[in-house]
Amino acid sequence: MAVLTEEQTMLRDMAAEWVPDRAPVTAFRRVAHEKLGHDPELWSEIAGTMGWAGILVPEEHGGSDFGYLSMGLVLEEMGRTLVASPLIATGVLGVSALRLGGNAEQQAAWLPRIATGEAIVAFACDEDGRHDPANVKLTAKRDGDGFRLDGVKAPVSEGVSADLLIVAARDEAGEIVLLLVPGDAAGVTRTRLDRIDGREAALIRFDGVIVGADAALTGGAALLDRVLDRGRAGLAAEMLGSATQAFDTTVDYLKTRVQFGQLIGSFQALQHRAVAMQGELLMTRSAVEAALAALDEDRDDAPMLVSLAKAIAGDTLRLCSREMVQMHGGIGMTEEHDAGLYYKRSATADATGGNGAFHRERYARLAGY
Amino acid sequence: MSEAFRAEARAWLEANFPPSLAFKNPVPYQNDAPYAEGDPDWIVWRDRMAEKGWGAPGWPKMYGGGELDHEQTKILTQEMRRIGAFNPMKMTGYTMLGPTLLEFGTEEQKAQHLPGVAKGVTRWCQGFSEPGAGSDLASLQTKCVDMGDHYLVEGQKIWTSGANHADWCFALVRTDTSSKQGGISFLLIDMKSEGVETRPITLISGSTHFCEMFLNAVKVPKENLVGEINKGWGIAKRLLQFERDSLSEGRGEGVPLLPLAQERVGTDAEGRIADSDLRTRLVAHAMRAQAYNLTMGRIAAEGKAGQRNDALVPVLKNLGSDVAQVRADLIMEILGEQGLGWSGEGYSDVELDASHQWLHARAFSIYGGSFEIQNNIAAKVLLGLPSAPAPGR
Repeated sequence: MAVLTEEQTMLRDMAAEWVPDRAPVTAFRRVAHEKLGHDPELWSEIAGTMGWAGILVPEEHGGSDFGYLSMGLVLEEMGRTLVASPLIATGVLGVSALRLGGNAEQQAAWLPRIATGEAIVAFACDEDGRHDPANVKLTAKRDGDGFRLDGVKAPVSEGVSADLLIVAARDEAGEIVLLLVPGDAAGVTRTRLDRIDGREAALIRFDGVIVGADAALTGGAALLDRVLDRGRAGLAAEMLGSATQAFDTTVDYLKTRVQFGQLIGSFQALQHRAVAMQGELLMTRSAVEAALAALDEDRDDAPMLVSLAKAIAGDTLRLCSREMVQMHGGIGMTEEHDAGLYYKRSATADATGGNGAFHRERYARLAGY
Repeated sequence: MSEAFRAEARAWLEANFPPSLAFKNPVPYQNDAPYAEGDPDWIVWRDRMAEKGWGAPGWPKMYGGGELDHEQTKILTQEMRRIGAFNPMKMTGYTMLGPTLLEFGTEEQKAQHLPGVAKGVTRWCQGFSEPGAGSDLASLQTKCVDMGDHYLVEGQKIWTSGANHADWCFALVRTDTSSKQGGISFLLIDMKSEGVETRPITLISGSTHFCEMFLNAVKVPKENLVGEINKGWGIAKRLLQFERDSLSEGRGEGVPLLPLAQERVGTDAEGRIADSDLRTRLVAHAMRAQAYNLTMGRIAAEGKAGQRNDALVPVLKNLGSDVAQVRADLIMEILGEQGLGWSGEGYSDVELDASHQWLHARAFSIYGGSFEIQNNIAAKVLLGLPSAPAPGR
């Protein structure tokens, strides 16, 4: 755990108390089984009561402006119980896009509503089933003062319930532009994707969708990259929480399960694998905290640290969830046990915002390899 | 404040660190006195650091230290790493005995032994392991009998790094046979004492820093006992923490990998390392090394804020040895057949160092408690997993 300020310690403690109490894994199971995307009541508590949707929102727009490390602390706790919420899409990606690329009017229009939880945002970048921000094909043709959008985005996290879509498009000059598109704009068709982890993702078609000149954010491809990095770091924090919980649950099981007349945790073969997981978790935590801190300080090495964090968080969550299934044996394969939920989540979280291969390649280029 | 110190450290290091030592592998200097002392630049470097007190930066000035605080020590380390410098005092005496004596030694013991360590003029060896007591250290048998006005020590030690060049040895000896851990005492032995005999053991790397050490009726003055009689195990455990600590840090040393790979393997039209498989593994290693260094930095910052967790040390030692071993493998691979030289003509210093370092690197996961022992300790102490039943039960 990073050395925290008093404010951050309070925030973390509140999250550590609220999450298992109000949003345990059983709450996630209901959301997943009933294909709710998220539980609106929980979201109103997350945003309204707890104020977490506003952690990155400036104070003049109703937020607390606590920064990315603080947001990471909350996301980590939420990751522990796999809370399905639009917090990353809205509170991290949405707020970051508006803060970094939005003008005063755009910010005034959306940030206050985001801070209260009234508006849910989805960030639509991916198109071809593989995260690749350089490969945006959705077209934004000039149409009077505004744009006409045609194309498909999938998968879009929280894309079914979003009030605002922030869409990465390519203009006639071939440049990337980020556009604010109301979720109910004419020509937008949203289809829920049924995915293994039970979370909300959508396939969204844009058929001649018209938006005004005031829809465009400023910053192009560089803005897209900066916004994505903030979302990736947030997701890495959440993955750290999920991996930590998978590990804790597994170690507890090693201390209670008896086989061959002994606690299975006394077997060296399992002990050493448990310690190996602990080592990976230590390094993941360091990388995640370093990435979030670099974003707070807006440092030049933030992109490298984010890629490090996302890659290692993906590897570690895969390891810990795989070992969770394996060390629980048959019970770990059952729907009734939580192990499978963490295992499924490991695959979707890893793929979202760039998997390990994507981020190792990105790191390589940034480092000069 | 810390930036002012950084500027001071940087200026001093640039003025005083002999460039010929930059990015040299510090291991032979630490373990092989004739090698170190045969290098005039090393002597210069040692003496300048001794005078500055920066060879033992955190120690009190009265013992030859620099009285730097934690932050300054960290900055000094970073600045040394930046120019490929190493601490010439970072030997067994400094990393292990020093902090132990500071915690458990008498005033007389500290005054007698610490300044020589801080100046790099007294070399120490660690007399812990025995032929039958390696990983199971507490089963050691070297006998120590109270003769009234002195102790008489009889037994054999093994894997004693640098014993053939050491001036002193801190040893664990058995003063009571009725209790395994409760019968061990911690003794300082002058290597010039009659009855001390050392014999180097040649390793696969060609290095001879490990020795066998024979103690044949060695007389040891009673004031050389550290702590109380039969209470040496607690001191040893603390010392082993210092050892793991020192072994888990400072893995960044040595020749930088990326420029070496670019030079030896070549780059493609886009400037990428030409061998894509090697490039992939170099990047994976660079990322793990960065994650490891970030972890060491994080743990240090947390320690400074009073959140120190010693139980993590075995995990860190294993992560560090893994990172360093992979690094040694990769350098060999980058060098190709030029990395296969043993000595002499046809090979550069970097190339010869690589092959010896590669062979030496296997020791990282054996010495200071093997990889497996560290995992056992962490499983028990850090994760609270149950002990395996004793054999035969």
